Amino acid sequence: MVTEELIWTLLEEVSDPEIPVLSIVDLGIVRSVNIVDEKVEITITPTYSGCPAMKHIEQAIIEFLAEKNIQASVVLTLSPAWTTDWLSESGKNKLREYGIAPPENEVDKSVLFAAPTIVPCPLCASKDTRMISQFGSTACKAHYQCSACMEPFDYFKCLK
Amino acid sequence: MNSIYKYILRIADDSLILGQRLSELCGHGPAIEEDIALTNIALDLIGQATSLYEYAAIVGGEGKTADDLAFLRFEREYTNVLLVEQPNGDFGMTIARQWFFDSFRVLFYEALLTSTDQQLAAIAAKSLKETKYHWKHSSEWLIRLGDGTDESHARVQKSLNYLHRYTEELFFMDEVDADVIAQGIGVDLLALKPIYDQKIEEVLLQATLELPTNNWKQVGGRVGKHSEHLGHILSELQYMQRAYPNMEW
Repeated sequence: MVTEELIWTLLEEVSDPEIPVLSIVDLGIVRSVNIVDEKVEITITPTYSGCPAMKHIEQAIIEFLAEKNIQASVVLTLSPAWTTDWLSESGKNKLREYGIAPPENEVDKSVLFAAPTIVPCPLCASKDTRMISQFGSTACKAHYQCSACMEPFDYFKCLK
Repeated sequence: MNSIYKYILRIADDSLILGQRLSELCGHGPAIEEDIALTNIALDLIGQATSLYEYAAIVGGEGKTADDLAFLRFEREYTNVLLVEQPNGDFGMTIARQWFFDSFRVLFYEALLTSTDQQLAAIAAKSLKETKYHWKHSSEWLIRLGDGTDESHARVQKSLNYLHRYTEELFFMDEVDADVIAQGIGVDLLALKPIYDQKIEEVLLQATLELPTNNWKQVGGRVGKHSEHLGHILSELQYMQRAYPNMEW
C-alpha cells in the first residue's frame, strides 16, 4: 500500500539537479505529501523565485514515482517562503563532503559592511576564509576562498 | 480590466524590465564577480516577474498565460516605471539605478506582506528575502564608488543626478492604487516615502554623495507612456515570440 511515509522515503532518491548530492527532501523543498482517495499530491516550493530547476524537479518527481507505479501530481507553493533553516542536518553534511560550505547563521542583511560571516573551509576546515563574491554559480550560493589551503569553494548562503 | 490585475502587472513589469536590462550585462560585467552578481539579480527579478505574471493571468481571467503577458503586449501596455528601462550606462549608472530601485522595493515588499490578497503577500514574502540581498549589494557598491576615487565619485554622482528625475515615479499613485488600497490589497506609497527618503539619506551620507537640487521629475511609465528605450528593450525581449509565435522551450 502506498503511504505518505513511503512517498517521503522515495523522494529521498530524487536529487536536486544543480547540487546532485542533495535530495529534494534534504533541501527542504518538499513541503507536504498528501494521499487522498489513493491520489498522491506532493507540494514543493522553490528555493529562489528564479530557480530554473523547478519544472525539472516537478517532472523528475512524477517520472520517478511513475517508475514505481505510483501516479502523483505536484503542486507549487510560494508560502511559507523557503529558508535554509529547512536544510536537513544530513543535507548539510552531504554539502560539506561535496565541497560546498553549508549555511552559517548570518547577521541581518540590513547591516551594510557587516563583519563577514565566518565560513569554515569545507576542505581543510580552516576558519581563515574570505568572501570573493556575494553571488555564485547558482542563486543559492556565494563564492569564497580559503586562505589556508587556498582552495576556492562555494558557500550555500543563508536565507532567512 | 480590474484594478488588481493592473496593479499586479505594474509590479511584474518593473521586475521584468529591470531583469531584462541586467541580463544585457551577461558576459559584459566589469569583473567576473559583478557579471555573476548582476545576472543573479536579473534571475531573481525575472523569477519574481514570472510568479506575478502567472498570478495576473489567473486574475485577468481572459485565458492568457504568463508568457502572453510578458512577451505579447505592446509598448503602451507595459506599466513599469521609467527608472527600470534606463540604459545600463557605466557600472556607476547600473548600480545607482539598482540602488534606487532596491531601496524602494524592500520597503514596498515589506508593506505588501500584510496584503489581504494571500498570493500577493506570498510573492512579497518570497521576493523580500531576495531583494534585501540585492539592496545590500547595490548599497555597498554605491558607498564604495561614492567614497572611492575622484573618478568613481564623479561618475556615480553624475548617475544619481541623471536618474533622480525618475525616482519620484516609484511613488506614483492613481485610481488603480486607490482601489487596491481600499480593498486592503495594495500599498499606500505615500506612507513609504518618508521612510524611503531616510533610507536613501543614510546610504548617501556614507557614500559622500548627494541628490541633485534640481527637482524636475519625469513620470509616465505607470500609465504606459515610456521613454524611447522601452521599445528597444521589447524588440529584443519579444523577438523569439514574434518570430516563432507560440514557441516554447
